Amino acid sequence: MSFWNDPLKVAADWLEGVFMGWGMDSVFAHVLVAFLGVFLLIALLMVLDIFLVWIERKVVARFQDRLGPNRVGPYGLIQPFADIIKLIIKEDTTPGNADKVVYNLAPILSMMSVLILWAIVPLAPVMLGTDLNVGVLFLIAAGAIGTLSIIMAGWSSNNKFALIGGFRQVAVMVSFEVPMLTMLLIPVIFSGSMNMNAIIQDQDIWYFLISPLGALIFLIAAIAELGRAPFDLAEGESELVSGFNIEYSGMKFGMFYAGELLHAFTFGGFWSILFFGGYRFFGLEQVSPFLAILILIIKAMLGYWVIMWVKYTMMRIRIDQMLSFNWKFLTPLSFVLLLVTALMNALLASAPTWLYIVGMILANVVTGWAALEIARSATRQERERVEGPKQAAEVSH
Amino acid sequence: MSEWIYVALFIAVGLIIPIGAIAAGFILGPKKPNPIKEATYECGVEPVGEAWIQFKPQYYIFALVFLVFDVEAVFLFPWAVKLGQLGLYAVVEGIIFVSILIIGLVYTWRKGMLEWL
Repeated sequence: MSFWNDPLKVAADWLEGVFMGWGMDSVFAHVLVAFLGVFLLIALLMVLDIFLVWIERKVVARFQDRLGPNRVGPYGLIQPFADIIKLIIKEDTTPGNADKVVYNLAPILSMMSVLILWAIVPLAPVMLGTDLNVGVLFLIAAGAIGTLSIIMAGWSSNNKFALIGGFRQVAVMVSFEVPMLTMLLIPVIFSGSMNMNAIIQDQDIWYFLISPLGALIFLIAAIAELGRAPFDLAEGESELVSGFNIEYSGMKFGMFYAGELLHAFTFGGFWSILFFGGYRFFGLEQVSPFLAILILIIKAMLGYWVIMWVKYTMMRIRIDQMLSFNWKFLTPLSFVLLLVTALMNALLASAPTWLYIVGMILANVVTGWAALEIARSATRQERERVEGPKQAAEVSH
Repeated sequence: MSEWIYVALFIAVGLIIPIGAIAAGFILGPKKPNPIKEATYECGVEPVGEAWIQFKPQYYIFALVFLVFDVEAVFLFPWAVKLGQLGLYAVVEGIIFVSILIIGLVYTWRKGMLEWL
């Protein structure tokens, strides 16, 4: 086993040998090495996070026909470091009548809820934090901590805008968790496992090809979970100023901001893992784990770019529209799609691969088309119901 | 069980890094609090009334509806994992189970609980 094929294990074994040479207990040495590995991964993620600030600003600038940061360093690459220095040396004010403990805990939990998601991300066939056999459930559980941190921030600030923003964000997250849960079941049905690595290994055909509608609904639910436009009513600048993080300043605000960006990138990664084959790309992942990591990061960046694309294209929707869209359209549709997928999967279990793919795509297209037709006719009826009396009143004048 | 040690390590490091960053800000930043700076932000004017008030009951109703579907997920995940081996019989059972939930959703809908008042 060479360093090129399994760098993590070689490095860990070597380090463990060094530590045990110093007279350490073997269990303690193992845990210490694991701790250093986790610390290294999270430190690299934080460095990536710094550059995500630059990427986000550069991309939004291009969408809005601007140049973006371009003064500090080549292409403005040093800009995020300047921002961090500014955030660190800013005064950290706490509102006088805030609930101090909860107020200070919220940004820490917000960042932590994102960082622990990387425990289940398989970076390469042999490189992963931990091979949890309930990975999909862990993804949902970690998301719940993020929801908790937002309600904590909104409530403890003792500010009306923050409170409304916090409640709205929780309403969004709680609602869109249902379609998200349902769409997480689709990769589980195909692969027969809740383990992220097993889901990737099973994707000889990308799940996007056999469940395009599922991938789309997962993306919509993920955007809502992230609290990004068009579902960013928790921080609607025009009405709530900044929403749940309004009273935060300095590095505490920085944690919310960095956490949001990393969360978006992480969900881009999960989208690619669940529906686009993760680190797999026509056998290239077998060459070296380093190549596999590169493939995963490129796919995650593309997913992140799609999330940004949606954010800077769509307008913000109202909370009643958002809840109607979720409970009256997305939730029933996701349940029907789940049942259709389960049924087709069982019926086509012994069919040849091409027939399986065609049947699955057909089932998805028919389900999506029928849902859109039902929604369209319901909207037309609603419009006639609302506009009917008004037109009659105009005629009588 | 050893897998969960890694999760514990991720939680520990995930707490240490933000605490470290916030502590760095706390140490390096100036600390000159005064009552006006610590006042609650309300568009630059004096805050009016309490912020910790009773909130809209609608949020609570949506949370209740959500709870039903969240509990249901506990039953659907094992079903989805073993679906490939159980065949058509399990699919029909799943359809019946989800249909009951959808009837519940339709009932909530007809009762007008999904309207934002």
